Amino acid sequence: MDFNDTKDEAKFRDEVNSWLSANADKKEHAKDIYRPAEMSGESESGESSALKDAKAWQAKKYDAGWACLHWPKDYGGRDATPMERVIWGQEESKFKVPGGFFEIGQGMAGPVLMLYATEEQKKRYLPPMAKGEEIWCQLFSEPGAGSDLAGIKTKAELDGDTWTINGQKVWTSGAHYSDYGIIVTRSDFSAPKHKGLTYFFLDMKSPGVEVRPIKQITGGANFNEVYFTDVKIPDSQRLGEIGDGWKVSLTTLMNERLAVGDASGVDFQEIFELAKDQDFNGDAAISNGAVREKLADWYCEQSGLKYTKMRNISALSQGSTPGPEASITKIVSANKLQDIANYGMDLMDNASIARDEETAIFQGSLLGAPLIRIAGGTDEVLKNIIAEQVLGMPQDIRVDKNVPFNEIPTGSKN
Amino acid sequence: MNFNFSEDQLLMKEEVKKLLDKENSVKRNRNILEGEEKFDKELWDQLVQMGLTATTIPEEYGGIGMGFLELCVIAEELGRGIAPVPFSSSVYLATTAILNSSNEDIKKEFLPKLASGEIIGTFAHSEKTTFPSESGISVAAKSGKITGKKVAVPDGDIANFALVSATSGKNKVGLYLVDLSADGVKVDSLETFDPSRSHADISFKNTPAKELSPNAWEDIEKLLDQSAVLFAFEQVGGAEAAMNQAKDYAMGRYAFGRAIASFQAIKHKVADMYISLQLARSNCYYGAWALSNDAPELPTAAATARVSATKAFYECSKENIQTHGGMGATWEFDCHLFYRRARLLSSNIGSQGIWKDKLITSLEKSNSPS
Repeated sequence: MDFNDTKDEAKFRDEVNSWLSANADKKEHAKDIYRPAEMSGESESGESSALKDAKAWQAKKYDAGWACLHWPKDYGGRDATPMERVIWGQEESKFKVPGGFFEIGQGMAGPVLMLYATEEQKKRYLPPMAKGEEIWCQLFSEPGAGSDLAGIKTKAELDGDTWTINGQKVWTSGAHYSDYGIIVTRSDFSAPKHKGLTYFFLDMKSPGVEVRPIKQITGGANFNEVYFTDVKIPDSQRLGEIGDGWKVSLTTLMNERLAVGDASGVDFQEIFELAKDQDFNGDAAISNGAVREKLADWYCEQSGLKYTKMRNISALSQGSTPGPEASITKIVSANKLQDIANYGMDLMDNASIARDEETAIFQGSLLGAPLIRIAGGTDEVLKNIIAEQVLGMPQDIRVDKNVPFNEIPTGSKN
Repeated sequence: MNFNFSEDQLLMKEEVKKLLDKENSVKRNRNILEGEEKFDKELWDQLVQMGLTATTIPEEYGGIGMGFLELCVIAEELGRGIAPVPFSSSVYLATTAILNSSNEDIKKEFLPKLASGEIIGTFAHSEKTTFPSESGISVAAKSGKITGKKVAVPDGDIANFALVSATSGKNKVGLYLVDLSADGVKVDSLETFDPSRSHADISFKNTPAKELSPNAWEDIEKLLDQSAVLFAFEQVGGAEAAMNQAKDYAMGRYAFGRAIASFQAIKHKVADMYISLQLARSNCYYGAWALSNDAPELPTAAATARVSATKAFYECSKENIQTHGGMGATWEFDCHLFYRRARLLSSNIGSQGIWKDKLITSLEKSNSPS
């Protein structure tokens, strides 16, 4: 039992490190992250500056052969092993580099294109996706279909070899700066709900596509509503057979679980430092037994996730497939984030009400956590997945399974 | 990297599991629980025969010279089988304490007999009702004799000898080896929460004692950290068994015209068990790494493993009963055997509050928790 690289891994790590050292600045500590020139995090200008920097860094990696490492060389990758990809990620995270715009394209759209697009399309779209030249978004959720994704209503009608799309998507990250999107639509309303879906990719600049930002409870706007009014998509941009959209969607969702990682925001370190600094009945909060018990619980969760990840990486290093253990990551980290943020504000007592340098990260995490518990599979959906796919328990009985979609009842909140 | 047990270690784990399955150790647990015997001598002899008590003892002392990693996988299986044997007392604690010491005479005398199962040892530490701090030890050592009382000593009425923490002056706690058949020893068996594992109060009155290490508080802390990793593996094994029982029962139990395993209330309950189990298991692996490398991270890693494994076994064993419904709370079903064992293991070597406090203390000391 060890944490050591194999000879090949060590050699690869050296190679990665020497390229990164020559092309980026190393972080001086964990919090020393990249910040764009005009930073506000939420304003339009902050984002565009961050986007410009991210594109430049991605292009630099691409040119040197460090983008989408595990993809085939023909499509802009490096043909790297899963372990090499992990090593790259570990090393890159030690440097102050921008990111955060390409994950959906590279993590979700890319793998689907690789499975379902024509060779010509793959050669056309995958390299610019790897390079960060073209950004992709995922158009799945709708106002009436989130966890029950197969309940979507966006309509696709075929006339000759052109489809016409009408409807509305929601919770689309990055739609406002995306060039292309992957979309699942309903092409047959009289078929049972999983059987009437068809999957496409489209140009987000197509006439009839309208993107509107959604203001979240944090005050930020990272997601959008996207409206489709008579949007035309050529049949050549269909991925999978007509009516097979559910199967294609599942491929995408499998990759989504890999793309959605730890929740960012306050973690053990922040609450530990706060408890040391914060006064509690005339003493440091950390000297209080109740506080210590809370801290210990969160440390155990953080550590448990860390070494769960290590077990997975180890499986990759040994040439085997990682187990399903990682499915617990988002549930645990999002709930931990929410509880630590709330407890931090408790420890700060009345001082937690005002927004200042110290409270901001706790306040922001508390407001951001609910969305993380929902995005990319709610806690409840993830628990179903653990029960069904990891533990082999039966699916729920589905009252709408074999009913024509247009006969399934809907309620007042759909 | 290979953050996992080796193939040989996993093979050994499988062998131990096979033996405990074949011997139906859960049924044996019930026999001890309901009967007059204090432990399952037959099962113990088989474990000895398999060489398990000799695992960490070097060949020069009659052992087989393997390491703590092997002991971790054995512990997990003993936990899964809730085996009614004094393994934790004799192997995790007594054997490890003697291996840690530099007293060559004691090693030569005791290790071969521990390896061969000829004698059983235990660690007598608790006094009154709490797990003691350094200043809370009242058993007194003077001129090679000890006097005082230890309470709820695991296997205290089975063991041939005990390692006893005793004080010979202010902040001078030592670890003493005491033959439990010696003069002045009084052993009172206790009626306990989990009768599948015997416990006894032990009083000493001018009882002859060999000094294992004179200024031993640090040694005791280390012994507790080492054994905490092993206890944690035992707890993870028990937790996994309880989770699987809950799942299996839910798959076969029908209500409202369907398997209750198809209800989200049950699925989410079992998923929660799985989550706490995985967190505990991953922390245990890190504990195993720290234990086998005698790493400076051991105090943190051991406390983390111990706290999360205690939590996991409690959660899995109580929700296992809940999943079974009324039958789960009967004497006849095995659920309560795991529930009892979960609670017992939480108290042996110190409760949750103590280990949480130890964890935060060690993080404060290391000052770099992440």
